[in-house]
Amino acid sequence: MSVIAPTEGVPYAVEHFHAATAPPPPLEDIHSEPRLVRAVVIALAILFMGLFILLPLANVFVQAFSKGWAAYGAALVDPDALAAVRLTLLIAAISVATNTVMGLVMAWAITKFEFTGKSLLITLVDLPFSVSPVIAGLVFVLLFGAQGWFGPWLIDHGWKIIFAWPGIALATIFVTFPFVARELIPLMQEQGTQEEEAAVTLGASGWRTFLKVTLPNVKWALLYGVLLCNARAMGEFGAVSVVSGHVRGETNTMPLHIEILYNEYQFQASFAVASLLALLAVVTLLAKTLLEARLGRKGGH
Amino acid sequence: MSFSFRRLAFAALVAAVAAPLPVRAADVNLLNVSYDPTRELYVAVNKAFGEKYKAETGKTIEFKQSHGGSGKQARSVIDGLEADVVTLALAYDIDAIADKGLLSPEWQKRLPDNSSPYTSTIVFLVRKGNPKGIKDWNDLIKPGVKVITPNPKTSGGARWNYLAAWAYALKQPGGSPATAKAFVADIYKNVPVLDTGARGSTVTFTERGVGDVLLAWENEAFLSKKEFGDDKFDIVVPSISILAEPPVAVVDKVVDRKGTRAVAESYLKFLYTKEGQEIAAQNFYRPRDPEVAKKYDNVFPKLDLVTVDDPAFGGWRNAQKTHFADGGVFDQIYSN
Repeated sequence: MSVIAPTEGVPYAVEHFHAATAPPPPLEDIHSEPRLVRAVVIALAILFMGLFILLPLANVFVQAFSKGWAAYGAALVDPDALAAVRLTLLIAAISVATNTVMGLVMAWAITKFEFTGKSLLITLVDLPFSVSPVIAGLVFVLLFGAQGWFGPWLIDHGWKIIFAWPGIALATIFVTFPFVARELIPLMQEQGTQEEEAAVTLGASGWRTFLKVTLPNVKWALLYGVLLCNARAMGEFGAVSVVSGHVRGETNTMPLHIEILYNEYQFQASFAVASLLALLAVVTLLAKTLLEARLGRKGGH
Repeated sequence: MSFSFRRLAFAALVAAVAAPLPVRAADVNLLNVSYDPTRELYVAVNKAFGEKYKAETGKTIEFKQSHGGSGKQARSVIDGLEADVVTLALAYDIDAIADKGLLSPEWQKRLPDNSSPYTSTIVFLVRKGNPKGIKDWNDLIKPGVKVITPNPKTSGGARWNYLAAWAYALKQPGGSPATAKAFVADIYKNVPVLDTGARGSTVTFTERGVGDVLLAWENEAFLSKKEFGDDKFDIVVPSISILAEPPVAVVDKVVDRKGTRAVAESYLKFLYTKEGQEIAAQNFYRPRDPEVAKKYDNVFPKLDLVTVDDPAFGGWRNAQKTHFADGGVFDQIYSN
């Protein structure tokens, strides 16, 4: 995935956005391979997509409707399923809001200021991508669990973090943090500080500069990061599984609920909820495509 | 710009605030943290007890269930999962919770029959017609037989499986701890995948079609036949197995904090009533009550059952230390 590309080197996001704006050279001119090679490569790509991506995804929907519409609907309005959907949406909203703000702050700090420890900060932004989600969950258990650092204090004061929605939100924020920051940093690095400096010279306040100059410059990259962040926040399984406690109707997100149903021999219901989650992913994908098309027309900034 | 960021931020905020948090409408909330195969059992128990409690007190109970490998579940309770009651696969897992001070170390004496309202045992589930001809434990070490069992580190059922195999090997002519260790090691050589819980293993065997024999809780084996039909699987009863006593306990620290002790205690006592025992039997757990047991006599096959209190194991604390603790016999077997 492009977001994992290192910060130093090519600012991929920018390159990616610009690629759409430049008029593409006619394909025939730059590729001199024989037609056969081209056909094979294209066929291979389509075959792979069909076999490994579309077929399994289609199967989710086939299984979901294997007992008809009524059973499909029943699986989705089950109170535990509804609770899982609600919790998933809540967690996604919290994670996306937090990571949008913090991603902006992080990218702003890294690209517009010079300070010691900056390169360390850039490295740390990627940490959640390189750490296994299980560990991401476990660190919060070790911090806030009953046997953890803050556990006894939290219990005494009646706060529930682990095995409740705040813990799930924390773990999800941890796992999805890089998405927004990683989209913004290369772009803002490339844009430099000249426009902001000009704005400040013309007498704009810091906040006004941010709202009128910086934000409009990065808005599409920001939205793109938000979409990716949202997709992962809804789908995260590993980290959430560790901190959830699996209390049905209370601390089960959609991915956890899907696993539970599957393990309870309710295969059709499990796939019904899975199809809903897949549908959310498809919506995200559509939004992303629309965004890119729009980006192509307007030019990155 | 046609797309207002302020509007987007506002929408996100509204969504975050308005997303309804779990609502607690019932008078009492009871969280039962249980092991893997009891899902169907406690759905039935909760319904029956909820109705009884409502009739007697006029109050409604909202039951919450959490299921997973028994050891993993105990760990969650230790880490702060607020279980009013724990209904786990084996006594050691509740001991582990008691060791952290969450309930009395004497918990197992608080209810009859070692606090185990029902028992079970370990049987084999094989594919229909038993194509590999698996009759007893010694068939599991044959080359080419794929055995499905979960990880004893996280699963209670897996520990019972392991001890049952060990007990069998000990009873063989010339049996000793050394031969038992070699025998159990040979079984694990035939295990292609270790799931974390019994239900995971069952799904691996039944739904994903992996393996020739599943070492299963008796109730789980019956349930698989019920779910998938009699024409898919056969149950094979080995010559010897283990008497599994899945215990139940009220978690003192939690119920005292939440003020749910009375309802939690009557919930567990309900398991011992005729009604509770009937529900257990209908879900293929062996009832303790002699009358109910007699009624379901033809369901549960008779076989030679060893208990964990047998001198060969010396109770769960000993068995855990010898076999499943870090560096124990299982680790020695599995790392080789």
